[in-house]
Amino acid sequence: MSQITYREALNQALREELDRDERVFIMGEEVGYFGGAFKVTDGLLAVYGEKRIRDTPISELTIAGAGIGAAMGGLKPIIELMTINFGLLAMDQIVNNAAKIHYMFGGNAKVPMVIRAPQGAGHQLGAQHSQSLEAYFLHCPGLRVAVPATPADAKGLLKSCIRQEDPVIFLEHESLYGVRGEVPEGEYLVPFGKAKVAREGKDVSIISYSKCLYDAIAAADALENGGIDAEVIDIRMLNPLDIDTIIESVKKTGNAIVVYEGWRTGGAGAEIAAQIYEKAFDHLDAPVERVATLDTPMPYNARLERAALPSAAQIVKVAERLV
Amino acid sequence: MALERDKHIAERSLLTMNEGQLTELYRRMVLIRHFEDKTAEMYSRGKITGFCHLYAGEEAVAVGAISALYDKDYVVSTYREHGHCLAKGASPRAVMAELFGKATGLSRGHGGSMHLFDPHLRFMGGYAIVGGGLPLAAGLGFSIFYKEGPEVVCCFFGDGALPQGAFHESLNIASLWKLPVVFICENNFYGMGTLVQNAISQQDLYRFAEPYKMPGVRVDGMDVLEVYGAVTEAAARAREGDGPSLIEAITYRFRGHSMSDPAEYRSRREERIWQERDPIKNFRRKLLHDGRSTEPQLDEIEKEITAIIDDAVKFAEESPEPSLDELGKYVYVE
Repeated sequence: MSQITYREALNQALREELDRDERVFIMGEEVGYFGGAFKVTDGLLAVYGEKRIRDTPISELTIAGAGIGAAMGGLKPIIELMTINFGLLAMDQIVNNAAKIHYMFGGNAKVPMVIRAPQGAGHQLGAQHSQSLEAYFLHCPGLRVAVPATPADAKGLLKSCIRQEDPVIFLEHESLYGVRGEVPEGEYLVPFGKAKVAREGKDVSIISYSKCLYDAIAAADALENGGIDAEVIDIRMLNPLDIDTIIESVKKTGNAIVVYEGWRTGGAGAEIAAQIYEKAFDHLDAPVERVATLDTPMPYNARLERAALPSAAQIVKVAERLV
Repeated sequence: MALERDKHIAERSLLTMNEGQLTELYRRMVLIRHFEDKTAEMYSRGKITGFCHLYAGEEAVAVGAISALYDKDYVVSTYREHGHCLAKGASPRAVMAELFGKATGLSRGHGGSMHLFDPHLRFMGGYAIVGGGLPLAAGLGFSIFYKEGPEVVCCFFGDGALPQGAFHESLNIASLWKLPVVFICENNFYGMGTLVQNAISQQDLYRFAEPYKMPGVRVDGMDVLEVYGAVTEAAARAREGDGPSLIEAITYRFRGHSMSDPAEYRSRREERIWQERDPIKNFRRKLLHDGRSTEPQLDEIEKEITAIIDDAVKFAEESPEPSLDELGKYVYVE
């Protein structure tokens, strides 16, 4: 095992899958000569050439659509959308084609494609560059949605996603690229659709994913000092959602806080809370709480931005009220 | 200029094709016309529901274009795709059963009129968002380039797709990467009920090829041989690695935009003028005039097709509905 960054872990996964399967190729804005807007594809062009590491014009709709067509033609495309904010231009192809082709053609066609996209706030990038849009994709049947938090999961989950047959939206929080962690070298696969207990506890379940996992863990550490023993669940994938692991935890603790960076209203946390009510209502000691981003476009000002986003301090406050 | 040149191509096709090939073109156009007429009848009897866009009048485009392809070539289509699908060789039984929503349908009753698909024939689907198929065609073209295959992609869309971003993005990428795609715009003058001149600033639609540095031609889409000639040329160019082409086929739909459209935005006089240019009647006249076929031969084809369509309807009616277990199937690959 070695300590590498989330960015390097993704790069490793891409290299290994490019080596493993000739059908795998990468396509997107700035993935080649620039090395990726966030340097995730750095160095790949020199090794794999322009055919497999393909720079595209700024045409998100057609990048996604061409990925779908290439997948239907027998390839395994990995599409990089520079950020999920620009991915909104590709929504028609993602929702009307990628998600539906297998179904509406009665199982006669499939779209084995991974769409990677950075997302999230925290760098004062303003309203149009700070969104977390996982709920949009979670809402649509036919799409798988991955939201890894740790470097090891980034690698192992990306490899698993590339090897399966459904279209996957693979969302990487922009603040995580520099995060370091232990990552197994070589072949390492994270099982598809399995949550993980990131920290065991008995008083309250803090359920989270992507960057918010780190806020959840920081909150759990702080709560420990105050005598509250929090369990932290890292969901890792929103579709398939490993609800069993979440329910098991809630049954044990009797309290649930769902933490996510999407807007509070209609976010992924709302769905998780609803499923907890459906499956573990009698085990709850209090209503499920949500800690999420305020329902406003993201402001530029640093102080306002911090106040809009979920934080460890907010989680601590909510947990103290619950327990 | 373009028109004269393509009439020449049409004449050449007539001379170089043998009787078997020529009657096959006729046969396929008649198959589509009868299929669509029967579909309209079944729709009015409530056997077919949902949105249903008929291809009657435009048969020469699908048949001319697809007859110029090899079996392994791909076809990408729209929601008005019964004609393309049948021209590619799909079983009329399976297409009719799909319109009936039956389990034996081409898409197992999950798709309907707008979502036909046949992987074996490389009929890569009907897409019901205007312009939605063009990026897929570019992607299929990329897969051919990637695997260094000999195939081409033939992508059909209507004049209504030209103002869409997907059209411009796809032509740009296909040209930039020299992808083997033949883009065929079926210009039937109306995007639903809106005239082309009320929707598109440049009404010579084939000229959209110029900014994307590919050949652009306008052909008479009511003349099957002219379409055949133009697509043969464009497909050969694509196969040789010289990239995509844009073909504008001028055509006319004999019915409304969909089964629920009485086409009140156009005059009956205009419809009559175009009906005189019926691609099937005119081709029949040409075959007879040039002595390439005989009345009894062509009548025999009509009879044969009538039997095929009747059989398709019988098959569709007698086929089972999909079971309720099918509802949640095919959302994800199992």
